[in-house]
Amino acid sequence: MNAKKTTLYDVHVAAGAKMVDFAGYLMPVQYRGIVDEHNKVRQSVGLFDVSHMGEFTFHGPGALAFLQKMTINDVSKLAVGQAQYSAMCYPDGGIVDDLIVYRHEDHYMMVVNASNLEKDLAWLREHATNDVDIRDESDATGLIAVQGRNAEKVLQKITDIDLSSIRFYWFGTGTIAGVPVMISRTGYTGEDGFEVAMPAEEAPKLWNMMTEAGAENDIEPIGLGARDTLRLEMKYCLYGNDIDKTTNPIEAGLGWITRLDKGDFIGREAIAQVKENGPGRKLIGLELEGRNIARHGFAVLHAGEPVGVVTSGSLSISLGKPIAMAYVRSDLAAVGTELTVQVRKKEAAARVVKTPFYNPKKS
Amino acid sequence: MAEVPAELAYTNEHEWVKVDGNIATVGITDYAQGELGDIVFVELPAEGDETKQNEAFGTIEAVKAVSELFAPVSGKVVAINSALEDEPETINSDPYGDGWMLKIELADPSELDALLSAEDYEKIITAED
Repeated sequence: MNAKKTTLYDVHVAAGAKMVDFAGYLMPVQYRGIVDEHNKVRQSVGLFDVSHMGEFTFHGPGALAFLQKMTINDVSKLAVGQAQYSAMCYPDGGIVDDLIVYRHEDHYMMVVNASNLEKDLAWLREHATNDVDIRDESDATGLIAVQGRNAEKVLQKITDIDLSSIRFYWFGTGTIAGVPVMISRTGYTGEDGFEVAMPAEEAPKLWNMMTEAGAENDIEPIGLGARDTLRLEMKYCLYGNDIDKTTNPIEAGLGWITRLDKGDFIGREAIAQVKENGPGRKLIGLELEGRNIARHGFAVLHAGEPVGVVTSGSLSISLGKPIAMAYVRSDLAAVGTELTVQVRKKEAAARVVKTPFYNPKKS
Repeated sequence: MAEVPAELAYTNEHEWVKVDGNIATVGITDYAQGELGDIVFVELPAEGDETKQNEAFGTIEAVKAVSELFAPVSGKVVAINSALEDEPETINSDPYGDGWMLKIELADPSELDALLSAEDYEKIITAED
């Protein structure tokens, strides 16, 4: 299968990016280096091409009821201009995908992971009612994330949307250089920042405008490598690593987006059961001693016995020590619990720590 | 394009070797550091340990990947670059200089015949790209 390209492909190559196949798209994994890029976002501002992500719209009188059935958060709580982190689940409580729902004036929109785009669309269409019209706008939509403490300053220079009036997880619509855009105060880094949706063919023009507008703040393009280290420091879940069809929202720490009281939805009974009995395992944060990195799939041990598995791990570039996310037995999930991680032939000492690992507001 | 100094010998596993008398200095190539990306940790043997040709002598951790290091020659480790403990990123910035890893006292100089010339190594990395 040939990997697809976003409309920003040539821009990335010209910027010296190392391109990799990610979820069927040729995407920049890094430009200058993950450490530099990570620090740029924590200290100033960076640009991310996230056009590979999927965008669906839902029109028609049945859109709200349909999304209430398909997602685990309460869509009826959304005001026009508001967004919501959510997920879709299978009847057994396993996660189909995590996603964001946006309420526009006359329709809803959903942004999903690129790796799950086809699966999600099929799942949605399989359950669609006659009074909802699902459209896949993924190929037509470009998405650029501007993340970092200087994101608002940079973006405000080029858009007619008043960004200061957009609160966290709200969005506005307007233009950049005459191009219609939707700008939400959302992101995957823990820093203040925005995600800008636009017609796909306009993405290179807007990317270049953002680059110019950010010059005085030394804006740089950021690849998927740093995107991963940034989100890990916040303990944000990555589908396929930390959550998948074998994990439920309660054990994944996503109880806060699970609204069991909103009425029926797919997976509700199973999830309610898990909540009532308490999950057998929990997704927690680990800090490791030494310098070895706990990678996806490494075993977590207690008194020599396997009690869990690492789902994501890296060096925390901001903290300078190895961190990981792992599912561990619930009785060993308390902060401060001493565990070990099997790193190849040796056991590395690890401790359950509070998450997020890193707090951007404090530094 | 990755640098491949003509005066060094190489392995298929992307180590370089510089021979001076019966001492071989070992590191990883410019191509290897570029493929790994930012290196955050390197685990080396202790001085006095023995290496065996083509067997793992350590590991190198980059942000995105971990890789084993393979000994280009057999022998006794007579020096390790302890500066890499605190500054593993030196391997990224100067793979053939300050980023060296080990000095090995050759147990069997004829093993050097199995190493690749710069020209042959260049062919391998060109094929991988």
